[in-house]
Amino acid sequence: MNIKNISIALFAVLTIVFTSCKKDETINTAEKGTFTLEFENQVNGTPLLLNTQNYTNANGDSFNISTFKYYVSNIKLTKTDGSVYAIPESYILMDAAKPSSLLNNLKDIPTGDYTKISFTIGVDKERNLAGAQTGALDPALGMFWTWNSGYIFVKFEGTSPQSTATDKSLTFHIGGIVDPNNTIRTYSSDFSTGNPLRIRADKKPQVHFIVNAGSLFKGKQTISFANLNFTMGGANSVIVADNYVNGLFEFEHIHN
Amino acid sequence: MGMLYACSKTEIVKPQTEEIRFVVPTNFPDAVYKFNGNILTNNGFALGKKLFYDARLSADKSISCGSCHQQFAGFANLDHKVSHGVNNCLGKRNAPVLFNLAWQREFFWDGGAKNLEIVPINAITDVCEMGSDLNTIVTFLNNTAPYPSLFKDAFGSATINSQNLLRALTQFTAAMVSANSKYDKVIRKETVFTTEEQQGYQLFKDKCANCHTEPLFTNLNYINNGLDLNSVDEGRKTITGLATDKGKFRIPTLRNIELSSPYMHDGRFNTLEKVLEHYNTGVQQNENLDVSLSKNSQLGITLSNTQKQQIISFLKTLTDDEFIKNKIFSEN
Repeated sequence: MNIKNISIALFAVLTIVFTSCKKDETINTAEKGTFTLEFENQVNGTPLLLNTQNYTNANGDSFNISTFKYYVSNIKLTKTDGSVYAIPESYILMDAAKPSSLLNNLKDIPTGDYTKISFTIGVDKERNLAGAQTGALDPALGMFWTWNSGYIFVKFEGTSPQSTATDKSLTFHIGGIVDPNNTIRTYSSDFSTGNPLRIRADKKPQVHFIVNAGSLFKGKQTISFANLNFTMGGANSVIVADNYVNGLFEFEHIHN
Repeated sequence: MGMLYACSKTEIVKPQTEEIRFVVPTNFPDAVYKFNGNILTNNGFALGKKLFYDARLSADKSISCGSCHQQFAGFANLDHKVSHGVNNCLGKRNAPVLFNLAWQREFFWDGGAKNLEIVPINAITDVCEMGSDLNTIVTFLNNTAPYPSLFKDAFGSATINSQNLLRALTQFTAAMVSANSKYDKVIRKETVFTTEEQQGYQLFKDKCANCHTEPLFTNLNYINNGLDLNSVDEGRKTITGLATDKGKFRIPTLRNIELSSPYMHDGRFNTLEKVLEHYNTGVQQNENLDVSLSKNSQLGITLSNTQKQQIISFLKTLTDDEFIKNKIFSEN
């Protein structure tokens, strides 16, 4: 087989592969599909178990966790062509005490291949200032400050022997929308171009994220529980938000 | 306008049959709260009123919103320096008047609540106020007749959630408008001040109106008015975290001030005379004292006894008897 023949053969193979792929990818963009956002809570690589499990933070302090809840909102998906689809009314609240809250179906997504996701860690400024909300933003869900009204974006509670607070408690309620103590942060991740999020009318792909509660206490500034064990907004909440912005979420994989 | 106010007299007699309306008085600016997404209806308002006066919403079923917000006191809490909540617990601040709330952007003495609809949550959940929580109340309402049918009438669904609970309460409180005092009638040229009231009005405009700005009688800002050298209650700093906001509190409206004693964020003064004497001789120098109270190296606002009486005469023209006695807002 000479070069020319190899080329022809290769061309033929590629054509078959390409056309077969193309056939698969015929997408009716008017159609809508559903996907699932799955969040798997961990602490620095080990599964997050409420109350019973002891962990160690980056400073070497021991701790356990009684509450771990966080908001994700304003989810946006970017297609290979760069166009962005903002999922309307995308406000979801994850609660480590409610396993069902860690699986979120997002419906009515225009079909297509998406290679990037971005979302707000927390709740946008407008909804913080809005009137009475419902659904994931219902103030009855315990993620709303009444004395300085607005949402708690990330709520972490537990205990640590190193904590100087009463009952050795850890209270990290991160929120606030006013500079310089604005804690709204944005996360984004590219998907593998070889395995984009394929939204189809008849499929239900799953996007899997690892969520690391340990990220609150390391990164930009390692937190010692002797020095910081309580924050409800303000400058100390900014320290925590600047930590978790780069470590709270880690894109794991997509099941198409 | 005059026609509308004339109409409100008949509303006093037959509140149930009158349509509840929210009207911006002619001498008022545009409202902040516009009932967007929460259209004011008779059913919504009536439901809000029932909730406002229902003590079963509190932890020990002893305290309603109306317990600390009494109509005869301009919906403040007469003779209570601070709120007296469940289990005989005393709060830390004086219950504010409730009216003309639709013109406020922020609420509480420190401005911590930033939307009228979410204001009630604090009092509902504070352990020293109603001591309950939204889930408990929503469950109670869903299981207690006639609430499901009242919510259905008001919002189209018998399933009660916190959103509709708060929206109903807001329909009631946002519709409270006090704009028919003698002062308003003078402004509308329907009557005239007495000589002493007129003298008081002139003094007021010279010495007080910078902060207590007409027609709401507040510019809605936060200032430190020199109550203490070192404010125990950090006030606005609690919200902003700024040292320059320590000891600052929201400038309260002076409408219905005659009826809403005691005064200041902690209710320390029980008479208007004592309030004016504070401005005359009691202002304490501190790092955040408002510049208007330390002009020309002189602390406070110098007032003679005669001037104080004239100002008080004027302040009493801000009493709105029609609002105070309007059965639309009464417990019945």
